[in-house]
Amino acid sequence: MTIKFFNDPPRLWNLTQILLEGAGVTLSIFFLTLLLSVPLGMLVAQGRMSNRKLVRGPIAFYIYIMRGTPLMLQIMFVYFLLPQILPFSVDRFSAVIFAFVVNYAAYFAEIFRSGIQAIPQGQHEAAKVLGYSKAQTFFYVVLPQVCKRVLLPVTNEVITLIKDTALASTVAVVELMTIAKKQVSGSSSIEPYIVAILLYLLLNGLAEQLCKLAERKLNYYR
Amino acid sequence: MMLSATDIHKGFDGLGVLKGISLSIDKGQVMALIGPSGSGKSTFLRCLNQLEKVDSGLITLDGETMCQTKEGVCTYADEKTLRAISLRMGMVFQSFNLFPHRSVLQNLIDAPIRVKKMPKAQAIEQAKALLNKVGLLNKADQYPYQLSGGQAQRVAIARALCMQPEIMCFDEPTSALDPELTQEVLAVMRDLAKEKMTMMVVTHEMSFARDVADHVVFMEGGHIIEEGPPAQLFHSQNQRTHQFVGA
Repeated sequence: MTIKFFNDPPRLWNLTQILLEGAGVTLSIFFLTLLLSVPLGMLVAQGRMSNRKLVRGPIAFYIYIMRGTPLMLQIMFVYFLLPQILPFSVDRFSAVIFAFVVNYAAYFAEIFRSGIQAIPQGQHEAAKVLGYSKAQTFFYVVLPQVCKRVLLPVTNEVITLIKDTALASTVAVVELMTIAKKQVSGSSSIEPYIVAILLYLLLNGLAEQLCKLAERKLNYYR
Repeated sequence: MMLSATDIHKGFDGLGVLKGISLSIDKGQVMALIGPSGSGKSTFLRCLNQLEKVDSGLITLDGETMCQTKEGVCTYADEKTLRAISLRMGMVFQSFNLFPHRSVLQNLIDAPIRVKKMPKAQAIEQAKALLNKVGLLNKADQYPYQLSGGQAQRVAIARALCMQPEIMCFDEPTSALDPELTQEVLAVMRDLAKEKMTMMVVTHEMSFARDVADHVVFMEGGHIIEEGPPAQLFHSQNQRTHQFVGA
């Protein structure tokens, strides 16, 4: 293997800057997906636990589709289908965000459902006899305890999501993976991949630390 | 008459648990419900607290109807009435059910502030007074996992009292505790009885039923076998009661 970047600091710095720009897009996909799929996942979880079969059934089916097919396929499907059914045009980035959000919401929904169902019935009963409304019970009694219980599986999803953002390259959204690929083929060197690997590791290292911090914060009770 | 239940029926999946229970409790009365496990005493208490829905029967609190049955159809009052009735009743569970993510003090002030819209300062003042009463003022800033079972149950009693209920219901409050811890919880309940708090207590503590209650109800198989003052129940002519209380 011929070394083209690592023995040429200015060229390596230039490459890193280009890849960092991609990492910026990667981060926007990451944060937007998280920001939208967590609340959506909570709604889906509620629907999945609904007493009404007409709500529960379709939602279970939606989760089945999302978890049962490759995310890459879902991204391409959304990217090619959305422009055909919507009266306005959808850019690649928005299509990718949409695909990520509906996919991750399904996973989060199942995690939240397990967390909600793990809260002992006694907590609901205590809240009820104290006069809490259903909404108050959920937001002040159940949800804070669910947060603690789902933190570890959510951390898993967060780390997976950072890596999954690379799938945006299948529809040529210019993020870290897309740029790394382009740089590799342009330079006939795999060094851009090595820099990309380090950047993914850096992002995941930060994410892991943040989750650990949250874990410590929630450790004040058992 | 204060709280009254008439001909309460309740079953789970077709299995009858309450088969026509009629009971009423007056203001200031302490009623003990005793009987073997599975006799329906807890279910009955839970029906009064709206944690279970009765299949049929009539429940009223000071003439206000919670549920009634006409021509075989049981109907509950509207949401607002049910809530108003519920707020006049406190409940203490066998498993304490404190909120683990809130400190002892927060457990006591949250409902008064959120549900009763009590000013925070007043809620704190009340909570501290009640913690003092159950001997746990020094635990105000601890979390439930740091408490012994007896302490947790005393906090749970204080939490229920913070809502200023007119009737306190206890569902086997000492069944999860060892004898020593049981005594500290019973001491708090004795104090409440002395202050003329209206209490309904489902219990296996025969000494409590004998010494503190002024009305004892013996249930078995979803029926009331015998009820009356402790002197009657604990020297019962009824063979089954006699056998159960071991007098």
